[in-house]
Amino acid sequence: MAEAAVSFPLTTAREGQRRAAAREARIAWLLAAPALVLITLFIILPVVAVVVLGFTDFELGYDEFRFVGFENYAELLSDRGFRISLWNTMVYAASVTPFSILIGLGVALLIEGETRGRAFFRTVYFLPVASLLVAMATVWQYMLHPSIGPVNMVLAFFGIAGPNWLGSSDTVIPSLALIGIWQSAGFNMVLFLAGLTAIPRELYAAAEVDGARSGLDRFRLVTWPMLGPTTLFVVVISVINSVKVFETVKTLTEGGPNKASEVLLFTIYQEGFVYLRVGYASAMTVIFLAILVVLMFLQYRVLDRQVHYS
Amino acid sequence: MSVLSLDGITKSFGGNAILKGVSLEANPGEFIALVGPSGCGKSTLLRIVAGLDHADGGTITLAGRDLSGLAAADRNVAMVFQSYALYPHLTAAENISVPLAMRRLSSWQRLPGIGPLLPGQKEIRRGIRREVEAMASSLKINHLLDRKPGQMSGGQRQRVALARAMVRHPALFLMDEPLSNLDANLRVHARGEIVDLHRKSGVPALYVTHDQSEALSMADRVAVMIGGQLLQLATPQTIYDDPAHIEVARFIGQPRVNLLPAKAGSDGLVRFGDIVLSVAGLMPGNEVTIGIRPEFVHLGQIGGLAAVIERLEFQGSDVTAFARLAAIGETMVLKLSPAEARHLSNGQPVHLVMQPQKALVFAKDGKRLPAQAEMAQVAGAFHG
Repeated sequence: MAEAAVSFPLTTAREGQRRAAAREARIAWLLAAPALVLITLFIILPVVAVVVLGFTDFELGYDEFRFVGFENYAELLSDRGFRISLWNTMVYAASVTPFSILIGLGVALLIEGETRGRAFFRTVYFLPVASLLVAMATVWQYMLHPSIGPVNMVLAFFGIAGPNWLGSSDTVIPSLALIGIWQSAGFNMVLFLAGLTAIPRELYAAAEVDGARSGLDRFRLVTWPMLGPTTLFVVVISVINSVKVFETVKTLTEGGPNKASEVLLFTIYQEGFVYLRVGYASAMTVIFLAILVVLMFLQYRVLDRQVHYS
Repeated sequence: MSVLSLDGITKSFGGNAILKGVSLEANPGEFIALVGPSGCGKSTLLRIVAGLDHADGGTITLAGRDLSGLAAADRNVAMVFQSYALYPHLTAAENISVPLAMRRLSSWQRLPGIGPLLPGQKEIRRGIRREVEAMASSLKINHLLDRKPGQMSGGQRQRVALARAMVRHPALFLMDEPLSNLDANLRVHARGEIVDLHRKSGVPALYVTHDQSEALSMADRVAVMIGGQLLQLATPQTIYDDPAHIEVARFIGQPRVNLLPAKAGSDGLVRFGDIVLSVAGLMPGNEVTIGIRPEFVHLGQIGGLAAVIERLEFQGSDVTAFARLAAIGETMVLKLSPAEARHLSNGQPVHLVMQPQKALVFAKDGKRLPAQAEMAQVAGAFHG
């Protein structure tokens, strides 16, 4: 080996380098292959299938289908039910996102500031996230029951006639939003807690020495800006999760009363799995995905520059 | 006369005594370095003076004002942190202006959106901006004012942190190892700069470091803290020449002091090798430790202590030699000139001669004992 290297030092070295690079590239592809295959199979292909199906009148059970162009989308525009469910989803997301974030942040700050019982409170607030929502929905149904529910009984004690929370079209979305907040505040809290522990203690010391007298001053000077990346992530996750609301609607209201609680995912489910209009449901899914992509894009493009400071 | 005085500061964490009654006084404009091994309580002491931690006992007085019970924000004390602790979302100019804005603008005036609409704040903000720029130009960081900490080098961040501390003309500077995150070349350069800046400010400074050369080179007086106690507070020269405690002698000095066990004889004199010391207040048989700095141990031709060279370290201007004493097996450290060391090699037998008048004697509890060198019975030949 040594003799060969001496007699052909340049060519062998260059050849060896080239061969090593080629081998490395081959191994890289080999290692990436499982992930590539799985992503294609389970993410890219289904999305492509949905987009394609959205241009057809395919119905489950029928063998034949034909391409109908943008007919499904045209129908969506004039579909009052779809417009209601779009609006309901927006109202739901617009109420769940800010409140679940504020409550999550507030609870995280309280837990971070307290040394005793930290694990206990963290667990308690995280329970709604860990518990099965479908199972917990029955508890909520009982809680919000118009006549035997504890919520209305407490209200009655103060002489207030409580509404039929889940049965009236005025209160059904706020009631579902309340459940949504209850469920996601704990999740946001855990994310904020992680963000809080990453803030260097010396920054708080510096803020105190610099004259940040009150906790609010220190929150404004250190905590809030330093939580920026966490908050961005929490906002994105919260918006996506609230736009994806389905379980509570399906188990508690079935979209009722009179479509007052129909949300996007529930409408898609109805069209696709109840009426079996897969083509139409696919078109809705495309709209749904487009909304999510636009939201994520906006959040990352607009906010990302303001929360990373290097 | 003293501007800052600490009196009997105690602190313990969970039953662990970190500070065991520390007292010190700082004169106007004085630079005091708190030095000690890690865990000696020096950083805790600094945080207590800053108001970031609360002492269990003792009082702190700054410019005639009792600081106990005052929040850090109300103490008029500035602090420079090891990590600089700059706010990463703010530019250098904004970072430097924080201490001024916090004091001069109300909570409403600082609110984004609403603040700039309130009356009177524009004039204040303009004043702050002027002072920030003046401070920046005195530190030569004007070109950095619009940059965020993430876009600056370590040395630049350190200057911004200094500017933030100095901009509001505090009554006291606290510095917690401000140079330890810089690379070695920059560190030596920054020492001089900090000393110059401090001299211009005219207020006392407490400077925490674990680096003895930093403490000795920068400070007017050095406070050596070990195990939660302030063992000695004196000028660098005194700390080095006249350590009050064996731990001070051990901690200060590079290469470190030679410590040798000895016993008072029946005549009350302490003998070690050639040297004879009369030590006040010693009973025959008392055990003591003799300390001698490496530069006061020389190579002799005859007599002295027989030893064998174990290792030689070339340091540039001098050579550190390690020699094992034949009699007791202890290793002595010598600081030699390269000329003296030229003919030495590992394993070579040598004779070590100590300068008796430079010997330090410590009692069993570590306290320094006054000692007088007696005439040596056997004359050793000295170099230098």
